[in-house]
Amino acid sequence: MALSLAGARVRAAALTLPLVAFIGVTFLAPLGLMLARSVHEPLVADSLPDTLAVLENWDGVSLPGEDVFQALARELLTLHKQRSLGGVATRVNRLESGMRSAIVRTARQLRNADPGSWREAMIAAAPIWNEPKAWRALQRSGERYTLRHFLHALDLERDSEGNVVAQPPDQRIYLSLLGRTLMVSVVITVICLILGYPVAYLIANSPPSRSNLLLLLVLVPFWTSLLVRTTSWIVLLQNQGVINDLLVAVGLTTEEGRIPMIYNMTGTLVAMTQILLPFMVLPLYAVMRTIAPSQMRAAAALGASFGQAFVRVYWPQTLPGIAAGSLLVFILSIGYYITPALVGGRTGQLISNLIAYHMQQSLNWGLAAALGAILLVCVALLFFLFNRLVGVERMRFT
Amino acid sequence: MTSRTASFGLGDRLARWLHLAFCAAVFVFLIAPMLVVVPLSFNAEPYFTFSEGMLALDADAYSLRWYRNIVEDEEWRLALANSLFIGLAAAAIATVLGVLAALGLTSPAMPGRALVTGLLISPMITPIIISAAGMFFFYSYLGLSQTHLSLVLAHAALGTPFVVITVTATLAGFDRNLVRAAESLGAGPFVVFRRVQLPLIAPGVIAGALFAFAASFDEVVTVLFLGGLEQRTIPRQMWAGIREQISPEILAVATFLVAFVLVLMGVVEWLRGRHGHQGEPAP
Repeated sequence: MALSLAGARVRAAALTLPLVAFIGVTFLAPLGLMLARSVHEPLVADSLPDTLAVLENWDGVSLPGEDVFQALARELLTLHKQRSLGGVATRVNRLESGMRSAIVRTARQLRNADPGSWREAMIAAAPIWNEPKAWRALQRSGERYTLRHFLHALDLERDSEGNVVAQPPDQRIYLSLLGRTLMVSVVITVICLILGYPVAYLIANSPPSRSNLLLLLVLVPFWTSLLVRTTSWIVLLQNQGVINDLLVAVGLTTEEGRIPMIYNMTGTLVAMTQILLPFMVLPLYAVMRTIAPSQMRAAAALGASFGQAFVRVYWPQTLPGIAAGSLLVFILSIGYYITPALVGGRTGQLISNLIAYHMQQSLNWGLAAALGAILLVCVALLFFLFNRLVGVERMRFT
Repeated sequence: MTSRTASFGLGDRLARWLHLAFCAAVFVFLIAPMLVVVPLSFNAEPYFTFSEGMLALDADAYSLRWYRNIVEDEEWRLALANSLFIGLAAAAIATVLGVLAALGLTSPAMPGRALVTGLLISPMITPIIISAAGMFFFYSYLGLSQTHLSLVLAHAALGTPFVVITVTATLAGFDRNLVRAAESLGAGPFVVFRRVQLPLIAPGVIAGALFAFAASFDEVVTVLFLGGLEQRTIPRQMWAGIREQISPEILAVATFLVAFVLVLMGVVEWLRGRHGHQGEPAP
């Protein structure tokens, strides 16, 4: 008997193994690779090994010796020849602005001369080599493993003594963006609950034929392309769009007074609420349809008002559905990307959009990875909570 | 049992009307945006608001020109071919792996079920920008970025949760005694699956496959990160169109996608109608 149970366990596990392996390779490995980038940045260390080796003996305050200048000059020239100077220069520049142009200029000017003193030639090319901060930046960007992307993602940095300090005020954007993302997610979750609860109640308490029809009104938008729905909101909300035209036509606003409802936070909120609302309605409905209508009738028969019956009998039983829907909407909101990118304009961007910006435009992949890791931790905690409270097997799409 | 809802005293009727009005407004909010797109896609003018001619139901104000543009446009045709290929391949992989996993997960003997389920569902919950960024590093490292293969694998990974959840739900209502009966009659595991389980869970499997396909058919972020010009899909084309300048062409494609989802939902409803509701024991 025990043997056959062990056999059944092995068989069940073996059935899941192909998918576990597939998800492991095509999903978890990429995630791991991305997370590794948030702390692992070997490019500078690999490109300037000699310089970094001789810099280790530097006291960190005075000007480094001729040997350091010579090592750096040689390595910069090599990189320049290999056309791989740009990546190194960009990375050093992230720690000390001005370093990018200094490195590029130095490499270009040194090529033309074989100076007696590398130090003088380099300082002549870029005076910043005279300052210890240039060398500190070089040294720190040469760390193979670093926490600076995480510090940066939390609006912190290391000062010249290595202490963790706040970024200059104009550079502090990430915490407020994270706060804004959480705030937007809370607002959307609450609105979805307010809109979704009565709807789920109606669907759950309608006769079967009508409830199926009403359910379709939730499922069709749920399954309609995100891009279609986002496009629709642009059509409806833009300045020359359907709603503004209507408002002008009935005289509620003037031609000049068209209301900006899109390419800002309003656009993000409206479109995301519509897109995420079914994720609230479906779990609520799944719970509500298990509550027998006879309970409310019984409460009424015993003299309860609707309000009393609802608060004391109905509402408590729907709490699991509220938890499921709210967690789901919240989890999906904080990682939302497409809709804010298309209709959020400048003010309606969320944390995901900044990750995309660092992935695609600034190419600061380490910072993108650190921001992604922070977002991922938030989502994982919420998903863990969801799995504990609700259980993924209670999710549904039909 | 004439009325399904409880009957309360005075003010109840008013409250019920308010409730219905509120729900009607929410349904309009859910559905209206999609409906607005449909008539506007027939606009003869290159605007996406109703022209006076359209409101007056003037036949000349309507036209099929945007549909003609799309059909004749090489880029959109390539996009459709890519979307279909990637979607079908991804859905096939997701369905095979997802059904196997669901069979294991619903077995009473499955060890560590909650953990494995959570793991297998994670692609659906992980913010897409993180998944796409990770896949970008991963497939670049393998030298597979800008290939169809990378997108098929990426979409298959993102589509499996839909199959797992749908098929698991169908299997939950499955009577395991049928398996035991077949086994006692000498059927091996493969025969049991093909002759007993599969026919009974087929609606769930088909629904799961359709959802995996639909998920791929609507996915744009991994295409932005992994795809090149040769891998442009319909959502990728729409993305470009929305970012640059919305032409009514986009609305024509949107109408097509709305029709697509209606057909999809019709098929799923038909399957459900034939086999009873999910989670409820079949009659």
